[in-house]
Amino acid sequence: MATTRNKNRMLFLGVGLSTVSLLLTGCGAGSSNDGGGESEAGEFTTLSVVENTTIPAVLETLAGDQCKTAADAMPLKVDTVPQTSLDQQLQLQAGQGALPAQFAAGSAPALTKELADSGNVLDLEATLNDLGVIDQVEPAAIDTVKALYGGFNVLPYEYNVEGIWYNKQLFADNNIEVPATWDDFTAAAETLNSSGVTPLSASGEQGWPLTRLISGYLFSDLGKDALQKVADGEAKLTDPEYVEAAAAVADLGSKGYFGEGIGSIDYDTAVNQFLTGEAGMLYMGSWVLANFNDEAANQIGAENIGFMPFPKVDGGAGIDNQYAANVGLPMAISEKAYNDQTGEWLSCITENYGSVGLAEKGAISGFKVNEEVDVDPLTQTVQDTIADTSESVLWFEALFGTQATTASQTNAAPLVTGSMSPEQFMDTVQSALK
Amino acid sequence: MQSVLGDKKALIILLGPALLVYTLVMLVPIIWSMGYTFFSGNAISGFTFAGTDNFTRLFTDPEVRTALSFTVRYAIVITIGQILMGYALALMYVFILKKSSNIIRTLVFFPVVLPTVAVALLFQKMFEIAPQNGLVNSLLNGVGVESVDWFGSSSSSFWVIVLMDIWRSMGFYAVLLYAGLVDIPEDMLESARLDGATGWRLIKNIVLPLSMPVLLSSIIFSINGTLKVFDSIVALTNGGPGSSTTPLTLYMFRTSFAFGDYGYGSSIALLLTLLCLIVTIFIFRSSRRDLTKD
Repeated sequence: MATTRNKNRMLFLGVGLSTVSLLLTGCGAGSSNDGGGESEAGEFTTLSVVENTTIPAVLETLAGDQCKTAADAMPLKVDTVPQTSLDQQLQLQAGQGALPAQFAAGSAPALTKELADSGNVLDLEATLNDLGVIDQVEPAAIDTVKALYGGFNVLPYEYNVEGIWYNKQLFADNNIEVPATWDDFTAAAETLNSSGVTPLSASGEQGWPLTRLISGYLFSDLGKDALQKVADGEAKLTDPEYVEAAAAVADLGSKGYFGEGIGSIDYDTAVNQFLTGEAGMLYMGSWVLANFNDEAANQIGAENIGFMPFPKVDGGAGIDNQYAANVGLPMAISEKAYNDQTGEWLSCITENYGSVGLAEKGAISGFKVNEEVDVDPLTQTVQDTIADTSESVLWFEALFGTQATTASQTNAAPLVTGSMSPEQFMDTVQSALK
Repeated sequence: MQSVLGDKKALIILLGPALLVYTLVMLVPIIWSMGYTFFSGNAISGFTFAGTDNFTRLFTDPEVRTALSFTVRYAIVITIGQILMGYALALMYVFILKKSSNIIRTLVFFPVVLPTVAVALLFQKMFEIAPQNGLVNSLLNGVGVESVDWFGSSSSSFWVIVLMDIWRSMGFYAVLLYAGLVDIPEDMLESARLDGATGWRLIKNIVLPLSMPVLLSSIIFSINGTLKVFDSIVALTNGGPGSSTTPLTLYMFRTSFAFGDYGYGSSIALLLTLLCLIVTIFIFRSSRRDLTKD
């Protein structure tokens, strides 16, 4: 009897202990996640997006050359996620306190602001001052970052103007002048379309290349503050003058100017269609220069590519030569994972990214170019354009939250295929704005 | 056995650990999530009490209405498709192919073991239009029909999803129902045949009633699985075009983790849970009534 009771007690104890240990393992895994930065202290982990091949490549070059000291102490490790799931990834990792040392800022600047408010994002103004390298960043780039992100919270790995790239050869073959107005632009598209060329190449899967056309039209028609008014609640996207812009872009779609299957065209396909001469025009930021300079991909030749500002809407209140400017895909540094070694990386990147990026990929960044770099004529054109642009505009979703950004980008393809009316589109985005 | 189960201490030892783990990994998060429905905010910016705002929003949000109607339509169409195709296949295994059904059974079951994402990519390529035509559009072009942008409109993408999910899962239901059909005693079928019942009458009067229990469990499986669909749609259309093929689960996931609103996301989850509960209770009830009738 006594032994049975002992056995019982042993069994009870055994089961109890194994349960407790099981639970402890669970908790243990949880708590190590809290210090994600620390657990990866050995590596300079960078979270970027799949679509962008420039930044990781230049960082790798730096790690093997100019930043070798920093990389020896803390090796570079690049992780990528698709751009469309970046916001989600950042929120999940931030929620667990597991953000990597450096991460691409989300598609909506509002998310970076939220992360900054909750102490996840390093204040670069103070840090770069301490490191003594703040003079290595272009002041104009810092201003743009501050305007968008509410503070100097992200590194300007790219500094772009956006506009329409066109195939000079196709334009010459079809006797098309570079269009200055929206009417000329649609006429040019019609000419290209009737000669069997897709007039405009755009990624409906990403959505933003289409909504950029809406915002371009809005800024040109209603003026520079058109979307600021929406953000401030003074105007609504459902107002007739705003719906007109969506209707103008939907009209391009209904005439077949984007080609077939716009909703399934991803970023690379859109760029390839332009570079193989299948499409005559491409709305894109100057980050695409890296693809243009890739001789294997670029079958039409860099000398055949021209760059023009967004066409002016007749009688519109906007400026001439309107370019949208932004900092492309900037990166934030995690405040929680910041330490001296990250600091060493940070100063090295700030000092060298500008010239290395330009020399290697023709990438124009917000960092100063410290060494003489020979650039090709196309890159030179873009640099001159940036230097000459006195006033630039933002993009459609720049002042929206994540929900409205998603609503606008996922519904852009249905808008141009006609399965959603311009009114429905603007209404959907407006109701997603908080 | 009686003495072991009568012993309270033994009961605690046997059930306790499992119950504890179950409570911690299932019940606590469920209750936690229900608590979230009264808050807004997320893990980054913190939570604020929102009262019943999330529930009011649930009833006025047009996105919820679209997602709910898609979920219900999807569940009904797929359940009918899965069960009908599965039952037809099972009947074919038992009555037509008989002992030689092994190879067909394996082939039809094969898609079940393939990863969902792989199947979705396969269908994406098959129904592709850009950058080049997929198999389906090439076939259409071959017979002189113009290419169709299958993922460009909500109705055509809905039918591609339906086709894919039925193809992917009918093998599973065929095997499940086959197991039920082979359980029907051979002598009963034999005597029915002697009484002159063949073909459709045999199936309607003998096979169908006798396989009712397994058919009902299949329906419950199917409807609960389809109401909670997530992976196949994310991989195939990602809810598009626009949000027209977004089920409640995907909308819940986006609201919580992409739009950073855990509270409203939890409210949508609650709605989905209630939906599953009501459907299951409804089916259980009707099945119980049938059994008493027998």
